[in-house]
Amino acid sequence: MKKDIAYVATEMLPELPAPVNTHGPIAWMRANLFSTTRDSVLTILFTVVVLLALYKLLPWLLIDSVFLADSLRNCREIDTGGCFAVVVSRFNQLIFGFYPPQLYWRPILTFVLMFVAFAPLLHDNLPRKMLWFTAVYPLLAYWMLWGGAIWGPLLILAMVAGVYFVYQYASKTLSAGLSLLAALAFVVVWLLFIQTNLSDAITSTIGFVGLEPIESDKFGGFLITFVIGVTGIVASLPIGIVLALGRGSDMPTVKMICVGFIEFIRGVPLITLLFVASTLLNYFLPPGTNFDLILRVIIMVTLFAAAYMAEVIRGGLAALPRGQYEAADALGLNYWQGTQLIVLPQALKISIPGIVNTFIGLFKDTTLVSIIGLLDPIGIMQPIRSTAEWNGIVWELPIFVGLVFFIFCFTMSRYSMYFERKLDTGHRN
Amino acid sequence: MKIKLLTLALGAAAVATVGTSASAATLDDVKAKGFMQCGVSTGVPGFAFTDDNGDWQGFDPALCRAVAAAIFGDANAVKFTPTTGKTRFTALASGEVDMLARNTTETFSRDVDLKFTFAPVNYYDGQGFMVRKSLGVTSALNLSGATICIQTGTTTELNLADYFNTNNMTYEPVPIETNAEAQEKYLANACDVYTTDASGLAATRGSFEKPDEHMLLPEIISKEPLAPLSRHGDDQWADIIKWVRNVLVIAEEKGVTAANADEISKSSKDKEVLRMLGTLDDFGSKLGLPKSWGMDAIKAGGNYAEIFNRYIGPDTPIALARGLNALPGDGGLLYAAPLR
Repeated sequence: MKKDIAYVATEMLPELPAPVNTHGPIAWMRANLFSTTRDSVLTILFTVVVLLALYKLLPWLLIDSVFLADSLRNCREIDTGGCFAVVVSRFNQLIFGFYPPQLYWRPILTFVLMFVAFAPLLHDNLPRKMLWFTAVYPLLAYWMLWGGAIWGPLLILAMVAGVYFVYQYASKTLSAGLSLLAALAFVVVWLLFIQTNLSDAITSTIGFVGLEPIESDKFGGFLITFVIGVTGIVASLPIGIVLALGRGSDMPTVKMICVGFIEFIRGVPLITLLFVASTLLNYFLPPGTNFDLILRVIIMVTLFAAAYMAEVIRGGLAALPRGQYEAADALGLNYWQGTQLIVLPQALKISIPGIVNTFIGLFKDTTLVSIIGLLDPIGIMQPIRSTAEWNGIVWELPIFVGLVFFIFCFTMSRYSMYFERKLDTGHRN
Repeated sequence: MKIKLLTLALGAAAVATVGTSASAATLDDVKAKGFMQCGVSTGVPGFAFTDDNGDWQGFDPALCRAVAAAIFGDANAVKFTPTTGKTRFTALASGEVDMLARNTTETFSRDVDLKFTFAPVNYYDGQGFMVRKSLGVTSALNLSGATICIQTGTTTELNLADYFNTNNMTYEPVPIETNAEAQEKYLANACDVYTTDASGLAATRGSFEKPDEHMLLPEIISKEPLAPLSRHGDDQWADIIKWVRNVLVIAEEKGVTAANADEISKSSKDKEVLRMLGTLDDFGSKLGLPKSWGMDAIKAGGNYAEIFNRYIGPDTPIALARGLNALPGDGGLLYAAPLR
């Protein structure tokens, strides 16, 4: 080392933390909460309001609340706060309704398998073969929840295979439209004449193989919410896509049917459709038909959501630049290829916030079924409140139900944001 | 309200034009199904609620069970369909349920316009008032100027207006939607008075932390006869409901209970009792029922008094007195035509 340099530091000085007022909570508060006089005043004001609310609410909600008691009277003897013992005591009814307790594993397993079925749709790094399970899942879920002989669902699978072969065979000689009609005719004939008879015939020859049948009036609580909500969500998306494409079609009949359907459904409140499902349909169906109420409601809710979904997706289609459609044509792709490979992937990506919005709305709209006497979480509060033990309970049940709804809706909303970020290719229009 | 009118109108229209979709012989349908379908409310304290096991209990389901027992000899051969105030009549008219036992007031328009047949009244209700004792009021006639919690869109709202108008009094309505909301409002002093059916008031009062601080005023300002009902046009079925209800009342008159019915059927010398319990004559077959129909109905849940006391009587939190629902001998209106 040279001697003429007075001092050379040979060691790196340790890093010091940045000054307190430029980072950390104090700086954050200074920048966000107290940056101006007006901000400071508002901050203090709202802090006081929040603290006051918590001061009033917390004792009732957590500190003085009772979670184990056998009646409201008992709750009041124990403490002065909220009587959440009602939620604990009737937890099973709030979740499963009147489903037989020894069979709770069926809805639970169905719920767990739902995630397995959704997984390949939501994550692209999973093996594609899992999609086969996804395709079979609706039938499996129906059979697990309602029970009955396995032959029914198996025959439906056979029908799907049959439809495929009929279409393949017909399209060799007939045009695409006529083949589609032939396939449709096959479905109608199968459902009207073959399905039940064959299923009964198999049961009588081979015997009953299946699960104990559970009737719809045993369904209640969040089980109903999920059955109606998830079916509606899953079925409304494809129907909505078809409707949106149909609305943009050049064929006048297709366009008219789609526009008519969408505008009719959107012009009518959901509650009216539910009343039609619960009461009016009974008059039109032949006497003795036992058309399940939950099934009727699912159909109505799905149609309702599909109409809204169609408009959300139409918004996505309209947002695509004209050039994308022309590019598809220029590549020599036909309508279906162009739609499938170029138009829909982009349009759906644009529509994600709107689609999830519709999903969440639909999920929460399922509580309307309490008006027509189905005992969903809202509906089942009434009979619980009417028992001698729990009469007088007001807030505890809605708070619990609201919490559960919040968890699921918030999860959906978070997931959609993650999905958007993942699919974001940076091409902002 | 509009929806309600619409459903009612549609229901009535459909019944009038198409005819009921259920066939006339309800009893045959019920026997073929192996169970009866009974429409109950979605929950009224004491009158209909679900217990820990999810079974429907209460004053109304008890009648359904008695009818089912009379038909099948099995009080559990009944399925309950919860119906709301808006769906109850269409559910019955369309054949979704075979009978309604659902806190339904018998009125002209329901009987004649909507084409239902009411069995004899099984609970006489009426609109009453509940106040705090500290208010120092002893009669509804002292209520001028009071704030009153009242459910909107109900007949109680109209009854209240009429009553105050007739007596030249004024009041300030506090509109509420549900009974639970009314309890909160009333307890929070948002209104001096809560008015609804007297049975509902009693149930509400029973749920309070300190029921003794509240009282029901003696005035009952409307008639609300609650009765089970079935569709027009099937007299046999209507007769079954009517006579099961009558049997429960006669059983109380004669002191026949679920516990002693077997013994009395052997020991009694009263011909009406013997007829009721199936020892003498075969009245069951005239209704299309087994000979033991009366015995089975009584054993399902006891006689009228037993059912009343179990669900809404003085020993329950609802603590309703028999009042109008006592036998004529005790100053009530509960009267059953003789079984002969």
